[in-house]
Amino acid sequence: MTWFEADTDIILSGALCALACSIPGSLLVLRRMSMMGDAISHTVLPGLAAAFLITQTRAPLPMFIGAAVIGVVTALLVQWVRDLSRTDGGTAMGIVFTALFALGLVLLRLPAIEHIDLDPSCVLYGAVETSAIDPVAVLGVEMPRAALINGVMFVINLGVLLLFFKEFRISAFDPALATTVGINATLMHYLLMTMTAVTTVAAFETVGSILVIAMLIVPPAAAYLLTDRFAVMFVLAGVIGAASAAGGHVAAIVIPEWLGAGDTVTSGMMAVAAGAFFTLAWLASPRHGVVSRLISRWRLGLRIMREDILGILYRAQAPADESTLSPSAAAEAINRLRRLRPIIARLAIVLLHRRGQVSGPPAQLTLTDRGRTEAARLVRSHRLWETYFSHQFPTLPADHLHAPAEVLEHLTDDALRNRLGERTQEPRIDPHGRAIPGESSSGS
Amino acid sequence: MKRLALILALLLAVAAAPAAAAAAPPPSVLDNLARAVSLRDYNTRIVIAGVSLLGLAAGGIGTFLLLRKRSLTADALSHATLPGIALAFIIATSLGGEGRALGWLLLGAFATGVAGVGVILLIRHTTRIKEDAALGIVLSVFFGAGAALIKLAEQMPQGSAAGLDRFILGRAASMIAADVQAIAVITVVVLAVCTLLFKEFRLLCFDQSFAGAQGWPVLLLDALLMALVVAVTVIGLQSVGLVLVVALLITPAAAARFWTDRLAIMFPLSAAFGAVGGAAGAIVSAAAERMPTGPIIVLVCSALFAASLVFGSKRGLLMRLARHWRLQRRVAEQHLLRALWEAAERAGQEGAGCSRAQLRSQRSWSALTLRRGIARLGRRGWVRLDAEGGISLTAQGRIEAQRVVRNHRLWEMYLITHADIAPTHVDRDADQIEHVLPPELIARLEELVTADASTSAVPASPHELVPSGPGGRP
Repeated sequence: MTWFEADTDIILSGALCALACSIPGSLLVLRRMSMMGDAISHTVLPGLAAAFLITQTRAPLPMFIGAAVIGVVTALLVQWVRDLSRTDGGTAMGIVFTALFALGLVLLRLPAIEHIDLDPSCVLYGAVETSAIDPVAVLGVEMPRAALINGVMFVINLGVLLLFFKEFRISAFDPALATTVGINATLMHYLLMTMTAVTTVAAFETVGSILVIAMLIVPPAAAYLLTDRFAVMFVLAGVIGAASAAGGHVAAIVIPEWLGAGDTVTSGMMAVAAGAFFTLAWLASPRHGVVSRLISRWRLGLRIMREDILGILYRAQAPADESTLSPSAAAEAINRLRRLRPIIARLAIVLLHRRGQVSGPPAQLTLTDRGRTEAARLVRSHRLWETYFSHQFPTLPADHLHAPAEVLEHLTDDALRNRLGERTQEPRIDPHGRAIPGESSSGS
Repeated sequence: MKRLALILALLLAVAAAPAAAAAAPPPSVLDNLARAVSLRDYNTRIVIAGVSLLGLAAGGIGTFLLLRKRSLTADALSHATLPGIALAFIIATSLGGEGRALGWLLLGAFATGVAGVGVILLIRHTTRIKEDAALGIVLSVFFGAGAALIKLAEQMPQGSAAGLDRFILGRAASMIAADVQAIAVITVVVLAVCTLLFKEFRLLCFDQSFAGAQGWPVLLLDALLMALVVAVTVIGLQSVGLVLVVALLITPAAAARFWTDRLAIMFPLSAAFGAVGGAAGAIVSAAAERMPTGPIIVLVCSALFAASLVFGSKRGLLMRLARHWRLQRRVAEQHLLRALWEAAERAGQEGAGCSRAQLRSQRSWSALTLRRGIARLGRRGWVRLDAEGGISLTAQGRIEAQRVVRNHRLWEMYLITHADIAPTHVDRDADQIEHVLPPELIARLEELVTADASTSAVPASPHELVPSGPGGRP
């Protein structure tokens, strides 16, 4: 691929648009009103048409005023339809935005308006590709008009956000609290709606009114998976949005080349790139990602397997008179684990060997001293829990004590075990009559 | 009420738009309308039949969608059909087939529509992202992919992809007889499944966990319902377009909701609204040549919704206002009856009259309200005016008043004995509830608070009779 100056301009416009969108978008996602962004991005169309009908110009100011008005009107109508028809918010939104969008399409066919170039498909897709051929000079620096508009929009949104940072934060997480501390939640709601509508108009030339929602929702949703902090979410959403713009444009040039076609719609690919970033966050987010949750679950499974094997070996190879399991029964139990979960069991045995806790081949494992210390701790946890349950729930049959203890033994740390010992007054014998290893027991 | 007027004005503006639009083109409009209504044109007949059937199916299945609060899921899935259309075209064309075959394109649309619903569910169940953002993500990313793929399809050397974008905003005029047959088949299937599984779908809508507890395959039913929705969406793409097809699904159903509380009525009503909206929209757009069919259909459906919102016989605004007004009037009458009764009681003589001034000291009545109230009771024969302007209850009025006062005092006694409220504080509470106590509750109160339930006599007031109501105290 060859890189033109125009490509830089397109990416600049797209990235600034993404930055501008990320601010209202993050607030929408947090307030669970994402689809309000969708509704407003559709209803901007009749707002623009009406603004044109009234003023007969396509000057930016009337267009922005038309958008701001229609944003508030949409929010009001949705509210009223929801209250009056007592339906859910989604239905009210669907009814209002389809009616207004249809109205916009019909208005565009009116003879009075038809000669202006408000092509529905341009409204839907936007025309970021043309941003390079429409430059304006600001302070002697030539830049695309779309970049200028979106840049100004970003600065305004940032200003509003910083000005009302505290108010937005409280009303995003706890609207009731916001009201009780004297923040006008209704005002914040309509401020956000206006911000969304105006940003949508600024963006609609760049990414198109439907794809605005990709920029509004997808980067903030990805950011939401990556962080738990309000301020960080805005930064991440902005970065992801800008990266989607850049990645989307590059993909729009590169991918069709592989397929032997010319190029494709940049705005569409920007949405796809944002979707790709979201998928990445979905899979790989350190805390909320699918992969990290899988890994941590798997590691827990491995630890439990290790501890189960140690427990079985301890019961079979405990100091004289204390073993409750015959060696053959222990071997059978370990074999059963190896059959049930072959990979994890094998890995667990390897790990036990490496830690020097067992010795011998898998079929005839023997506890080392170090392994016995560790196993004694586990068995102590298990039997203390059984004792504890038998104290707390005297009516619980003795054969019901084992199952919960089997689960909890893996989740008991030293501090909890010590407290259990205190609460049960350091028993020597558990409810089944088996010896409870002492805390300092080192296996000898 | 100012709000109501505003809404009405806005809704009227929306409703008037198709008419205004129809009025805009040259004078042949009336001729065109006559042609369209009389179904003289073959093309018009095709389009009207197609969109009416579509409206029928969408309105029917939309009922369940609305009640399951899945309206916007339909929006997301309709946008998710776009990449399917483009992919189907690209695959068919590169295999050397005719990429523009409608059935093949719609199959692709169905596939990605279902995939979109699947991704929404996956996001919702495996992340902490809420439903709304999941919908927005699927909607925008799938649509973006679709836009990009369509551009690619247009550049394919073999085959022409021109017209693929008609699925976005719809182009009903391009409908042919085969399309109508396809729509008819889907409509029959949808309506048949809905009729056969009516009971199951109803329970799914109203109490899903109960349905699950009863051992019904809830997931399967849900999947079937969504598959029907996707099918209707897909056949609607061609005529209304994927942006607006959601309106056909939810707006008729939401309109029908104003007329009934019974699903068995709401379902056919919603289907009828959809069919009427489709037919009327097609006729209007056939009459006004330049008007796009899809948006006009949506506007007609919105107008139906607006009309239902105002005039609906069950939940419509006017009905609710009328109910409210009737209740208010009854409350006012009963207050007056009780005031007269208590005045007589204070005078220690049944049927004793009292003056307007006395009554006005009882409660914050304006002179006008009081005069109207007395006139109304007079017309019913419950009060009479004597020569000096004194007002007294007639025998019939005493029966009515006795009931109200008795309800009031029973409730007061209940509050005192069972809710531990001080006798001086019970009057206001009883004042509000005395009008709406049903007979069963009165019977229970009698059992609870009176020693002798058989008598219908009015118990003595448990507190000193002082003027009640806001502003009543001197």
